[in-house]
Parts: sequence; structure tokens; C-alpha cells
Amino acid sequence: MATLQTRSAARLMMTPAVLMLFVWMIVPLAMTLYFSLLRYNLLMPGMEEWAGTLNYRYFLTDPAFGAALLNTLLLVGGVLLITLVGGTLLALLLDQPFFGQGIVRLLVIAPFFVMPTVSALVWKNMLMHPVYGIFAWIARLFGLQPVDWLSSLPLFSVTMIVAWQWLPFATLILLTALQSLDEEQKEAAEMDGAGPVSRFIHIVLPHLARAMTVVVLIETIFLLSVFAEILVTTNGGPGTESTNITYLVYAQALLQFDVGGASAGGIVAVILANIVAIFLIRLIGKNLEA
Amino acid sequence: MGSITLEKVSKSFGTTNVIPEIDLEIADGEFVVFVGPSGCGKSTLLRIIAGLEDATAGTIRIDGADATREAPAKRGLSMVFQSYALYPHMSVYGNIAFPLKMAGQEKPAIDKKVRDAARVLNLTDYLDRKPRQLSGGQRQRVAIGRAIVRQPKAFLFDEPLSNLDAALRVNMRLEISELHHQLKTTMVYVTHDQVEAMTMADKIVVLNAGRIEQVGSPLDLYRNPKNLFVAGFIGSPKMNLITGAAAAKENATTIGVRPEHIGLSKREGPWQGTVTVVEHLGADTFVHADVDGVGPVTARAPGEFAVKHSERVFLTPEAEKIYRFGENGDAL
Repeated sequence: MATLQTRSAARLMMTPAVLMLFVWMIVPLAMTLYFSLLRYNLLMPGMEEWAGTLNYRYFLTDPAFGAALLNTLLLVGGVLLITLVGGTLLALLLDQPFFGQGIVRLLVIAPFFVMPTVSALVWKNMLMHPVYGIFAWIARLFGLQPVDWLSSLPLFSVTMIVAWQWLPFATLILLTALQSLDEEQKEAAEMDGAGPVSRFIHIVLPHLARAMTVVVLIETIFLLSVFAEILVTTNGGPGTESTNITYLVYAQALLQFDVGGASAGGIVAVILANIVAIFLIRLIGKNLEA
Repeated sequence: MGSITLEKVSKSFGTTNVIPEIDLEIADGEFVVFVGPSGCGKSTLLRIIAGLEDATAGTIRIDGADATREAPAKRGLSMVFQSYALYPHMSVYGNIAFPLKMAGQEKPAIDKKVRDAARVLNLTDYLDRKPRQLSGGQRQRVAIGRAIVRQPKAFLFDEPLSNLDAALRVNMRLEISELHHQLKTTMVYVTHDQVEAMTMADKIVVLNAGRIEQVGSPLDLYRNPKNLFVAGFIGSPKMNLITGAAAAKENATTIGVRPEHIGLSKREGPWQGTVTVVEHLGADTFVHADVDGVGPVTARAPGEFAVKHSERVFLTPEAEKIYRFGENGDAL
């Protein structure tokens, strides 16, 4: 990109791609915005009329909205906590030399390749089922009353399922970060009298900060829109106990056929995601600076 | 307070024996340099002394006490690494304070020691900087600062200057020598650069393939190399090693003459040769010549010596400065 010509040529060449991406983004957003201002119900086709901010007022004052907002934050926070702590511990373990390291690493990564619906079904029917799930069998082994996970602890169960899926991702990123830690630095710390715990706190953790930031940012993007796991396991219930914003929008649009209300919910979700993003970048973005 | 003794120390990685068996005595306050070609086991030996590597057999004594199984931190040694191994997320202050913090010292005591060390090493203005904001020489000084605050029994240097440019290397060499005179602490220094070894050491240990070839003061090694390896390794430019008829005349398999012990003339001399390359350094002139019946020889003439490629020159080796080596490479 040295000369003026190459620079303008590059711009010209990139224009179609940029334009396409822009249209790809702006058209659905504009349509959603437009629908959110209409009274638009699929049960009454052809009767769309201007509704102003009614949809927004309706969506934001819905008691389910408050619950869904809280659930969304709890789900994202819970999964982040589990994957970061668990991922760091697993990465430390996998960084040790042991027999069969390659196979074990592959096994650890495996859950990430399982489709969300499949893993949710496996968890629902084979692990958490109160009658023939493994957890119930273990509970009975100790003479305990089996727990009906999905109806008594629905949000916790969903959090566990999602965390199980994302743990490999965190482990993988943190493991590569661990492997890039300079061996001489660890030795220097050892010479300086730091024990294993001090070495972890003062040398390893700061080194992992950037990788952890990447994990938090990427996971947050995906976790804000968790949907399949909820649909397959709890359907957002009981009541709204495991409903997040994404699921609420779905329920509004496809269970109540209220496209206008759902569009308003979609716009609210976009704004919420941006608030979370700004908050995150402010909080941990400085870790990404070289 | 800082003598190190190695008794029959050996090291194997799996079935590969890198250090056969070494006995070495390092006296308190001495500046000892391990020198040898890369892969000769000098760094491994240093790491065994530091405790970062376990000796396969043998005993390491520090101040007379057996330290063979002691953890690195307990040995009271500090080490300066080739890559400096500074902690990138800590400031210069944090880096230097780290060993003291790990030792559980009080904040005011730490502060005083860090500032003292910074003053000695001219780092006072940089205490708040991060390592990445420093130049190579400054990073090196921070690494040294981190080593001296602990007041160790001995310093271990693992090729500390090899990442610096030539000019800075000369500077740091002087600074480390000066530091040694100030602190009078034992220093063990690993390098592959014989110039560093010659200029800094009280005692040089020449290593080759894990074995100690010779131990002695720099001039001792220069004057009386025990064998061909030491003769070829110590001194710059390298000693001329000549085999064949010229050596047989001296009743030796190989004879060695240092370039500085060969007189150059355009008119007369026992050896006659054709100049292949001339290096004019100003203070010296190195003449590489192909001597008839002897082979390639390097000679050093003080000052300027006007000669060009393919000219004929005469060389006179100083008779009393000719080293004679037997069939097994040992000096006769």
C-alpha cells in the first residue's frame, strides 16, 4: 500500500465486499426497526397499522422482560465464570507432560464440535432425566432422592449445558497462551524464590490476561444469543425461569405471532448487546493493547 | 561467602551423556568464565549449579554445604538469563522488587534496596517503565538489578550479552567487570565468545563436549594451552595450526603459531607465500597468506602494512613462541 494508486485501487477492489456487508446488515436492521413501529400480528394479516412506540412500551413493561434480562445476564455470567476457571485449570493440567497427551487433548476439545441441540438432548435425556438419567442413578446409588434438574433448577441446568460446550473453547485458547509463556521467565521466578502458587499468581495469570479477555469477549457474543439449548430442554420454563431475551423474542414472534412486539424486542436486544459490549471493552479492553 | 565446588558431577539426558564427569573448584569472589563452542554443555553446567537442572550424579557444594538436592531458590544464587526473562507486566521497579517480595521482606526495606540497586545500575529514571519500553542494554541492567538485590552468594550469567549489538556488548562487558570489583561477589559467567572470557575472567574454564579441557587464568591459557583445542579456541585471530613437513621439522605432529608471533616482511624470511586476503584495521593489519609448503597462515602486523592481494610476502615465526603438539593433540 505504498503509492496513491495502489491505495485507491485497493479501495476500489474492496468496495463491493464492503457494500454487500453493509446492505446485509442495514436492510434487516431497518426492516426490524420499521416492523417494531407497526401493529403487526400474523393472525391478522393485512391489518398492519402505525403503532408508534406502543410495541416498545408493551415489551419493556412485560414482567417476563425483567425476568428474561436477569436470566440472560445470569446465564452469560455463570457460563463465563465456569469456563474461565475450569478452562484455566484444565489448560494447566493439559500443559503438563503425560502419556497420551495428544488423545486427551483431542477428547477435551470434542464437546465444542457437538451441535447445541444434540448436546442439549443428550444432557436432557441421558444425564439430567429424573428417571433414567445418570445423575438420578448416582443419586439413587447413595439412597438420595433424584433431582429433576430441568424443572427444579432450570436456569442452572441450562448454564451447565452451555458451559460444557464452551469449556473446550476456553481451554484451547488458554492452553495455547500457556504454551507461549517463556520458559526462562518461569525459571527466573523459580530462582527468585517464587513457589508454584506465587508463580501462578504473579507470572502465569498476568500472561493469560489477554487470552482471557479474548475468551470473555468471544463467548459473550455467542452467549447473549443462546437459544437452541433452551428450546430443546426447558422451553423457557417453568414459567419464565429459564427464558432469556433471545427466547422471549422467539416466543413473542412465533408463539404469539406478534411480529411487531418481537421486532421491538429484537431492537431492545441489539441495544442491550451494545451496552454489554461497551461495558466489556471499557472493563477489559486495555488487556488487548500490545 | 560464595565458594562453589563440583565433585564428580555428571549429567545425562536419557541415554545421551552431555557431561561425563566434572570436578571444579570456584573460590569465593572469583570471576569464573565457562567458555566453549555451542553445545559443549556449558549452559547445562550452569543450570546444574543453579538447580534448574538436576545432576545425574555427583555433589554440588555451596560454601561447603551439600546443595545437590536443594531447590534453586534455597541455594542463594541469582541468575541472569540470555533472554533477560523480565516479567513483562511488571514495571522495572516491580521486576527488581519481585525476589524481595517473594522473600517476604517489609515494604520500606524493599523500597530502599530497589532504589539502591537502581542507582548502582543507572536505572533510577526508568523505575516506572515496563520492560518493553526499554532498550536492550537497559533490560540487561534490569535483569542484573533483579539479581543483585537479593545479595546472593554468587551470580550466574547465562550468555547475558549475546542479544546485544557489538558496541553495547563492549560497554556491558566493562559494566559487569566494574560491578564485580564493586560487589566482590563470586560470578560464574557462560559465554561462547573467547574475547568476553579473556577480558572479564579471573579464571577461565574451557569446555569441549562436556569435558573440561583446561582451567586457568586468561594469560595462562594464552601462554600455555594444554592441547590443540584450547590453543585454537583462545586468542583472536585464531592460532595457526600447521601439520606436515613444517611440523615434522620441530619434532611434532602439529605446530601452532599465533598470528601476532609471526613477523612480516617484503624482503626476507624463512617462509614465503602469496597474499590471499588483507584486512586493514588501522591499528593492525591481518595478512592471510598461502605459504609454500605450509598452507594457509594468518599473520598480524602492527600498524599499517602495505601489501595487496597476490603479492609475495615473507613470514618469520618467532622460534620461542612456537607451540608443539603431539599425535593426540596434547602439548609437548
